[in-house]
This record gives sequence, C-alpha cells and structure tokens, in this order.
Amino acid sequence: MTATVATHVNGAPVYYDHRGEHHPPNSTMLGFWLYLMSDCLIFAVLFAVYAVLGRNYAAGPSGADLFDLQLVAINTALLLFSSITYGFAMIGMQARRKAQVLGWLAITGLLGLGFLGIELYEFHHLIHEGAGPGRSAFLSSFFTLVGTHGLHVTFGSIWLVTLMFQVHKHGLTAPNRRRLMCLSMFWHFLDVVWIGVFTFVYLMGSM
Amino acid sequence: MSNPVVSHQQALDQLHPILGRLGWDALPLHEPILVATFIAVALGGSLVLALITKYRLWGTLWRDWVTSIDHKKIGIMYIVLGVVMLLRGFADALMMRAHQAMAFGDSAGFLPPHHYDQVFTAHGVIMIFFVAMPFVTGFMNYVVPLQIGARDVAFPFLNNFSFWMTAGGAVLVMISLFVGEFAKTGWLAYPPLSGILASPDVGVDYYLWALQIAGVGTTLSGINLIATIIKMRAPGMTMMKMPVFTWTSLCTNVLIVATFPVLAATLALLTADRYLGTNFFTNDLGGNAMLYVNLIWIWGHPEVYILVLPVFGIFSEVVSTFSRKKLFGYASMVYATVVITILSYLVWLHHFFTMGSGASVNSFFGITTMIISIPTGAKIFNWLFTMYRGRIKFEVPMLWTVGFMVTFSIGGMTGVLLAVPAADFVLHNSLFLIAHFHNVIIGGVVFGVFAGINYWFPKAFGFRLDAFWGKVSFWCWFIGFWVAFTPLYVLGLMGITRRVSHFDDMTLQPYFVVAAIGAGIVALGIGAFLVQIAVSIWRRKELRDTTGDIWGGRTLEWSTSSPPPDYNFAFTPIAHEMDAWYDMKQRGIERPTKGFVAIHMPKNTGAGFIVAMLATAMGFALIWHMYLLAALGLAATVIASIVHTFNYSRDYHIQADEVTRAEDERTRALAAAGAAA
Repeated sequence: MTATVATHVNGAPVYYDHRGEHHPPNSTMLGFWLYLMSDCLIFAVLFAVYAVLGRNYAAGPSGADLFDLQLVAINTALLLFSSITYGFAMIGMQARRKAQVLGWLAITGLLGLGFLGIELYEFHHLIHEGAGPGRSAFLSSFFTLVGTHGLHVTFGSIWLVTLMFQVHKHGLTAPNRRRLMCLSMFWHFLDVVWIGVFTFVYLMGSM
Repeated sequence: MSNPVVSHQQALDQLHPILGRLGWDALPLHEPILVATFIAVALGGSLVLALITKYRLWGTLWRDWVTSIDHKKIGIMYIVLGVVMLLRGFADALMMRAHQAMAFGDSAGFLPPHHYDQVFTAHGVIMIFFVAMPFVTGFMNYVVPLQIGARDVAFPFLNNFSFWMTAGGAVLVMISLFVGEFAKTGWLAYPPLSGILASPDVGVDYYLWALQIAGVGTTLSGINLIATIIKMRAPGMTMMKMPVFTWTSLCTNVLIVATFPVLAATLALLTADRYLGTNFFTNDLGGNAMLYVNLIWIWGHPEVYILVLPVFGIFSEVVSTFSRKKLFGYASMVYATVVITILSYLVWLHHFFTMGSGASVNSFFGITTMIISIPTGAKIFNWLFTMYRGRIKFEVPMLWTVGFMVTFSIGGMTGVLLAVPAADFVLHNSLFLIAHFHNVIIGGVVFGVFAGINYWFPKAFGFRLDAFWGKVSFWCWFIGFWVAFTPLYVLGLMGITRRVSHFDDMTLQPYFVVAAIGAGIVALGIGAFLVQIAVSIWRRKELRDTTGDIWGGRTLEWSTSSPPPDYNFAFTPIAHEMDAWYDMKQRGIERPTKGFVAIHMPKNTGAGFIVAMLATAMGFALIWHMYLLAALGLAATVIASIVHTFNYSRDYHIQADEVTRAEDERTRALAAAGAAA
C-alpha cells in the first residue's frame, strides 16, 4: 500500500492515481520473514519429533554416553561469533564500505565452514562408533535435527560465497544490499535455532 | 529381528550405477488397461504436439506462457493443470466405482488388488494435490491482484517457479502410471505400511517426491500471496475494505505457510526411513508410527480449510453480485474466516479418535470440531440473508452456489456426527466417512470451482461461457453426486469399510451399482463442462463481452477490460468503500481516457521453468535410486538457481504510447457497446 498517494484532493475523493507509478514498495523483507517462519516450522516439527522419540534408545547409547560437550561448546562459539562477524559486515554495508563488507563476510564464511567441519567430524565419529542414524529412534531424530541445521548452514555458506561474488562485481547496489539483509536474517535465524539445539539436545541430553 | 539397515545396504550394492533400480520390468506391459491407456495418451499427446508444431505455436507457448510471470497467465495455467488432472483423477474414480459394482462373490472385478490399491491412492492424491490445490491457487493468482488493484503479485518470478514446481509434481505422478507403479497405501501413506519393509517398491517414493516438489511450489506461492495482499493493496483499501475473496485468500495462504512446512518435514522423515534406514516410524528400534499420523494430520486438517476457504470467498462474490446486494454481514464473514483459520489447527486428532488417546483428549478434539461448525454455519446464514430480498439472477455461477448451500450443509452435518468420538468409533474408516468428505469436498470445493470458472471466465477471455451446457453440467454433477454418495452413507452405517476391493455379501451389490450409476452421471457432468468450453469457444463472437463488467460486478477486477491488459490498470484505482467498483459506478466516476504514462513491469524469464524441471528430474532419479543422476540433478538445480541470481535486469517499462493505444481501443469498445445498448 502506498501511503503517499492522496485519496482526497481538496476534500473531494479521487478514484485514480494519475501518477501511474504503482509498483510494489519493497515486499522482500516481509516475504523473507514469512519464509523464515515457514522454515522455523520445519525445525519445530523436528524438535517435536526429538521430544517424542529422544528417549527411545532401543537399548543403544544415550546422549550422555555420546555427546562431547567440549567439542559442542567450540562449535557453538564458532557459530555465535559468525553471527557477530556478519553483524560487522552489515555495519560496513551501512557505511557503504565494500572492502569491509567482503572481509567480514569472508571471516563469517570461514567460521561457518569451521562449524560444519566440526559437525561432520562429530557425525563421522558417532557413525564410526556404531551410533549412526539407524541405531535407534533417538539417534534418528538427533541426526535429522542437527543435520537439517547443518544443511541450512551449508546452503547459507553457498549463498554467502555467491553474494560475495555479486558484491565484488556490482558493488553495494540496492538489490545487493537487500540480499545481504536477507542472508543476514537467515544467518541469525540459524543461530537462534542452534541455541535451541544446543540447549534441548546437547545440554539436556547430557544430563 | 530383521535389520533394515543391512538389507538396505544389500539393496544398494545391487543397484545399476546409472539406472539404479529402473529396468524394462518397470514398464507395466502385462497390464492391458495400462497398455491401452498408454497408447491412448501417446496418440493424444502426439496429436497435440503435432498441432502445436503445425500451427507454429512453440514460440508463443514458450514466450507467452511457460516463461510468463504475469499472474493472470500463471493463474490460467494452474486452472488448466487442475482440469487435466481432474480428468485423470476422475478416471480413477470411475474405475473404482465400476470395479466395486462388479467385484462380488465369484467375480473378482476387473482390477487386480495391487492395481486397485494404486487407483484409490492415486485418486486421493491427485484430487487433493493436483486438482483442488491448482484450482484454488489458480483462482487466487488470477483474481487477488485484480481485486486489490495491483499490477502483479509481490514476487512475480517466484510465482512462475511455484507453478512449475506444482506441475513437476503432477508430472511425476503421471509418469508413475507407465513407469513403475504408484503407492498402494492410501492418500496419506501411513507407516508402517508405507515403510520400506512393507512397501519396498517405487510407489511410495513416487508419492513422496511428487508431493515434496509440489509442496515447495505451494509454500512459496503462499508466501507470495500473503506479501501481495499485505503490501500491494490499492490506496484506500484498508483490511476491512478488502473483497471477501481476498480475505479468504489471505487466510488460506496463512494456513498454507503455516502447514505445508509440517507436511514437508513429515514426508522428509518418512523419506529418511525409506532411504537412509532411520527409525522414525518403523516398528523396530524405538520408532513410532502414530507420530507420523499425528504430524500428517496437523498439516492435513488445515489443508481441508485451505481448499474450502477460497471457495467460500468465490461463493461470497457470486452471491452478492447475482443478488444485486452488498454481502450481508461482511464483518462477521471476515471474523468467521479468521476463526476457522485458527480453529483448523485444533481439530487434527478427530481423524484418529480410535488411536486411543483417552477420553479427555478425544473430548477436547471432539468439542473443537463441533465448535468449528459455528463460524461455518454463520457463513451459510450470511449467504442466505444476502439472497433474501435480493434481485436474484440464476446465472450458472448462482446455480452452483445454491447447489453448494444445500449439499455442503448436509455434508457439514454428517461431519458434526463424526465429531462425536463415540460415534466415530463405529464410523471410523467406513464408507460413511468417505461419503462425508466427498459431500463437503465435491459439494464445497468442486461446486465452488465451477462457480468460479463460470463467474471469472468472461474476465479472463473476454467472452462468457455457454449457459445451456453450464446448466447441463451443473444438474449432472448435482444429481450424480447424490446418486453416487447416498448409497455410501447407507453402506457406511452398515459397517462397510473403505478401500475394499472385493465383497462376499451379495446383498450389498445393489448399493454399489447405484453408486456406480451416480459416478456415471457425474461423468456426464464433466463431459458437459468440456462441451461447454468447446461450444463457448465456437460461439465466442456471440458471447463476447466488451464492457469488462458482464455481471454488473462490485469489486475492482470488473473495472478493467476483459481480458485485462498486461498491466491490469492503466492508473491505480483508489478505494473508498468496501465494494470499490460498485461505489465508483454509483458515483458515476469516469474512466480516465488520456494522460497515460509508462508502466513499470517485471520481465519474463525461463529460470523458474528450468529450475523446476531440474528439480523434477532429480526427484525422478531419487525415486529410482539413480544416485549419480540425482547428485547431478541437485548440483544442476543449485547452479541454475545461482545463475538466475546473477540476472539483475528483471524489469522494463511498457511505454506510454503503448498504454495509450490499448486504452484508446478500450475507449472505442466501450463507446460502441454504449451505443448498441
């Protein structure tokens, strides 16, 4: 809705906007929020499934047997710091400093890759120990919840690299600023989800 | 205890490196019905392709339709998809009805059980996902931007992509007819039956990937339309001045965005059970099949309202237009819609009272289910009071509306009956349930879709549909429906369950024969609809409408020409009242005829089609365990999406002289129509 269009002129109602231009004021942020909420529901289902099945060990190992909290703490730190560094990139964007944006985005991407590397190591280690996703309903729901988050970080990283190319090529144009904003929301969203995973899966599962 | 992981690994080792488990034995050459169908489809398909080539339509098809990001064209494509899939889904229905009428005592009917099971599964899946959904999405796409005075949706490219994802899902379901087989599990594919141990074949995989791909399209389309309605309404059109169809579309799309992710996650978990050997819904190692049933209905029940809310909107527009009155109780209509939206989340368990969740849980869901009939009833009264003392014109859309009010009310009442848990223990999975939901889905959604097609067809194509054949179609559907489903109510009360392919009790046969006759009458109704389209195209000069406002409409879509220009409105209309166009007509507002300016529009692109088809190919590869091709398909899908993001030139201007030319033509047409009248 364009608030700037006068619906009345000199007290009399007008029925057409004669300026002609009526193109959508930016709907991207709203649309992206809606997408994030729909994605959030996917995680909600996975959390609910974990809540129902998370204690069905089928005589196999439990979270307390498996989780290496120190490793997870490092992982959590990597992801949380990557949110901060993304924030620095956004500050650079506001100041229209391209080099600063690209630099912080690169650091963010490296932190994301570090997170993914540790997660893959953890998964590999668990499967190697015979605690793979097929071992019990608990492990099925664990691998799926954590893995879905990891897949999101993977696609977020691909997106981040793509966007670095685009910013490098076209600069901080309006479309690129919009895209950086969307990825920023996506990245922080993954952070929030991870806090849930860390708390409900790792911390409570280790008890 | 068998180890599914190990057997899964063995199966993997035997796979062909490229073709996976696809081989010549996947072609159903031993099934005469399928071979005959394939020959008919191949001949018909070749004829269509030959005609397109002969009349050199490939370029037009690609430029004006496949790559179009115009919401009007995408809306029409959705509806065409719905009509095509209706024919397929209804062929399944006819086969079931004919088979059940025959399969008594010594006769085995003409469908082997494994084929019969695929037929009822495909019927349900197709009718919900690829008939009803494309129809309602098509209407929302076509009508909503016009009703709110916008030039397109918020994300036009995404709209095109959403359509092709939906079409991709439909393609996969259709391929399953001739390559391999479809699921034999019923339309919601409950585990453990749909698990890898009980259904090792490709049927369930077709089901999973078709729905997953189509579901992405549906979710994105939901996001798109919410953003459109929130952000792009004409100046002055506050929420409580929106047309009712736009309101019901808004609530529908909220439901879509809030439920389709649940479906996606649930299907993904079943997929993981089948492909990766996880144990979410298995009988072994801590899996819980009832978790699937809960999750799928958390999507499934709101889905029912996703289908019916938009047609409530259609009926509201139709009733008010053909009664020559403002809709009775607009505000109560809006609140009823919102209440239904919320309550639709709180009733899912009534689909399986027999799970045994205990008296208090069942009571809760029984009561919420009964409560949801209150806002629905309020709507029926609103429509009745709109008609009361109106100057009613019984055009074809109005016939469908009145037929709906009678049929749907009865279906709603049998639904309240089923909402009583104690009664449901007797009627669960019986033909009474089948009769009930067909009563509301045919009497509600299908009747609404036909009302909508007859109502908005002149807007989309500039000529109205032939009324005689429209009436024939209506009466065949209306009578055929009741002849087909009344016997099922009776059979259900006698305890006959659904999905049975052979009966021993000969005394039941007359009921099934009557039901089959009913299905035959409905078939005549569908035939009459196709004849109606053909006759109308043939007589399009006589049926031409030059005014753009053929029914004396009240909402903004009737203020522009029929069909509307690419840009919908040369100047954005400004709304002051609820029925904005009616208000403008009452005040004698003149349409601007000069001073046109260039209009900013989004550009067509093939990216949506390409990405969606790559995703569909990936789905096909996954169904057949062609993991190499699937990986390539995934890579290609991701790369094609990334390449699309490097395209920054996405819009253009329709020049002012072009707008002037189109608008001058309309001025002349209106003057000619005025002189003739």
